Amino acid sequence: MTGRGPLIEAGVEHRFGPYGGQYVPETLMPALDELETAWVAARDDAGYKAQLGDLLRDYAGRPTPLYLAERLSELAGREIWLKREDLMHTGSHKLNNALGQALLAKGMGKHRIIAETGAGQHGVASATACALLGLQCIVYMGAEDCRRQAPNVQRMQLLGAEVVSVEAGARTLKEAVSEAIRDWVSSVATTHYIIGSAVGPAPYPALVRDLQRVIGDEARAALLERTGRLPDRVIACVGGGSNSIGIFTPFVVDADVALIGVEAAGEGLDSGRHGAPLTVGGRAGVLHGSLSAVMQDADGQITEAHSISAGLDYPGSGPEHAHLRDSGRARYVAVADADALRAFREVTRLEGIIPALETSHALHYALHVDGDGSQRDLVCLSGRGDKDLAEVIAQDDDA
Amino acid sequence: MGKPARDRVPAVEQTGEDRIAAAFALRSGSAALMPYLMGGFPDIATSRAIGEAYAANGADLIELGVPYSDPLADGPVIHAAGTAALRAGATLDGVLGVGEALAGRVPVVLMCYVNLVLARGADAFAQTLREAGISGLIVPDLPLGEEPAIADACAAHGIALVPLVAPTTTDERLALIGARARGFLYAVSVTGTTGERGSREQAFGELLARVKAQTTAPVALGFGIATAEHAAEAAGAGADGVIVGSRLVRAAAESDDPAAAAGELVAKLAAGLIR
Repeated sequence: MTGRGPLIEAGVEHRFGPYGGQYVPETLMPALDELETAWVAARDDAGYKAQLGDLLRDYAGRPTPLYLAERLSELAGREIWLKREDLMHTGSHKLNNALGQALLAKGMGKHRIIAETGAGQHGVASATACALLGLQCIVYMGAEDCRRQAPNVQRMQLLGAEVVSVEAGARTLKEAVSEAIRDWVSSVATTHYIIGSAVGPAPYPALVRDLQRVIGDEARAALLERTGRLPDRVIACVGGGSNSIGIFTPFVVDADVALIGVEAAGEGLDSGRHGAPLTVGGRAGVLHGSLSAVMQDADGQITEAHSISAGLDYPGSGPEHAHLRDSGRARYVAVADADALRAFREVTRLEGIIPALETSHALHYALHVDGDGSQRDLVCLSGRGDKDLAEVIAQDDDA
Repeated sequence: MGKPARDRVPAVEQTGEDRIAAAFALRSGSAALMPYLMGGFPDIATSRAIGEAYAANGADLIELGVPYSDPLADGPVIHAAGTAALRAGATLDGVLGVGEALAGRVPVVLMCYVNLVLARGADAFAQTLREAGISGLIVPDLPLGEEPAIADACAAHGIALVPLVAPTTTDERLALIGARARGFLYAVSVTGTTGERGSREQAFGELLARVKAQTTAPVALGFGIATAEHAAEAAGAGADGVIVGSRLVRAAAESDDPAAAAGELVAKLAAGLIR
């Protein structure tokens, strides 16, 4: 029997095929066990479920609408259904996870919360959940991301969170996660780390997926109720992969539904300046506690990602995505900065919806890449783009 | 001309584990001194000179760090040194070359994050260590449960895979980890990353008592040990070995003559341990 042995069958997945695991300093292992135990109890606990369900409905605005975007459908030549996570409180799907984990942390008696953020959406969601529940909140954010997502820094500070600007490396999401983990190694007795994506050591990839699958559950039920049939394709952007695993999960059993994850091709896959480890393939590696698709050099040093969207600017990926890719159940593609920017403007003009730059990658794929005969696409509109205005306008000025 | 591989390994080879055991045995009654060296910092040649200064000034073993892009267990000093080493062009092979040069003087234990091991493959990695004369391997992000494949590869090549335990480690895990320890057991003295801290004599004693109850391997204490007083406290609290990292790396970073500065500090640390 190992330390985690008794939990495996009754707990959550530690591995997805060969991917996942718990590659972290020993200091954190008891906390991961404690978190898994707490989650296994909470997910079946009527009180926890009722509390989270009420908050998601009355506070966060769930269920979010499912919208048939007629003008986008006309452009694409097929039905484009948008799952409107942008209409959720705080403007993205991130609050599903942040509320669920903050409630869990409070139940575990941990009143100090740390989080990492790239685009700032997870940081804002965590700061919001902590304000609501009366928890202390510290958000680690790369200095470059603080610059390009300045409105979200101000939102977090207004919500009472401390935002720590991380200067290491490329000063983006990867370094923010590393710094949050270092904080946690030092503060684990009193602190819960709300990881924002379906990455990290077990139990996080499964925990975040469980909290995000509400996106897919709602969308699947709404489509069936309104039209009596499923989509031909489900399309979502993938950074670490939380909105995508959330919308994919209920459709995994529907063999006729294609699942497509859209990564950031940045300046082009050949340039090396991208955030598309699942698309590019290659040797798996360990980043932030789990084995998955990562961008790395021959020695195994993790290389820097690049994307115009801070949320996709990450050299790793959730381990369950790597497994879905290898098993053939999902397909991963990449969309470049310039194409995402074009989709951002197009969707804004055609539908009056300003999407996040992250989401714009998935929208470009749905609108402009051959549909393989699909008659109906379901796209996760994972977040709104207000935070991106300054960055997009600056790109216009450069053009 | 390289000799054929079969001639390089004597028929009865002294394994890495044997060399480490001998180094600890030499200091039984006190504590072995194991300074940490960031390989390739500030550059490969200087890091080798620093390591030689360690050996000349009382180091019993050397912990040789491989710089890594995402060192989750390290505090700011070692993180920054690793980043600088990588920028200066340090590679795994370059650092292994430093280890090979130092292994002629003292046993060398490599500190290396798991992705670098997996990238080469566990067996090839362990074989490379043996060929370089390196005695042991510490992987700070390879906890109990994830270690079997790498542990098997190390065992096959006579490399001691040294596990870490922390103040947060439960007694149940301590027993399992203690039974698997090869060479020695690395006790992390604080709940935190590497870095200098104030006196922690009482905490040293509590942790060492818990750890030593669960293992027959020597126990070396590290993280947060910066001065001769700390080293003496650790030895007094029952540590079989003392690991000093950030203080030495900082000395190397701040000095115009890193090898001399680091050697001087190691001599002071050694003097703090009653020999």
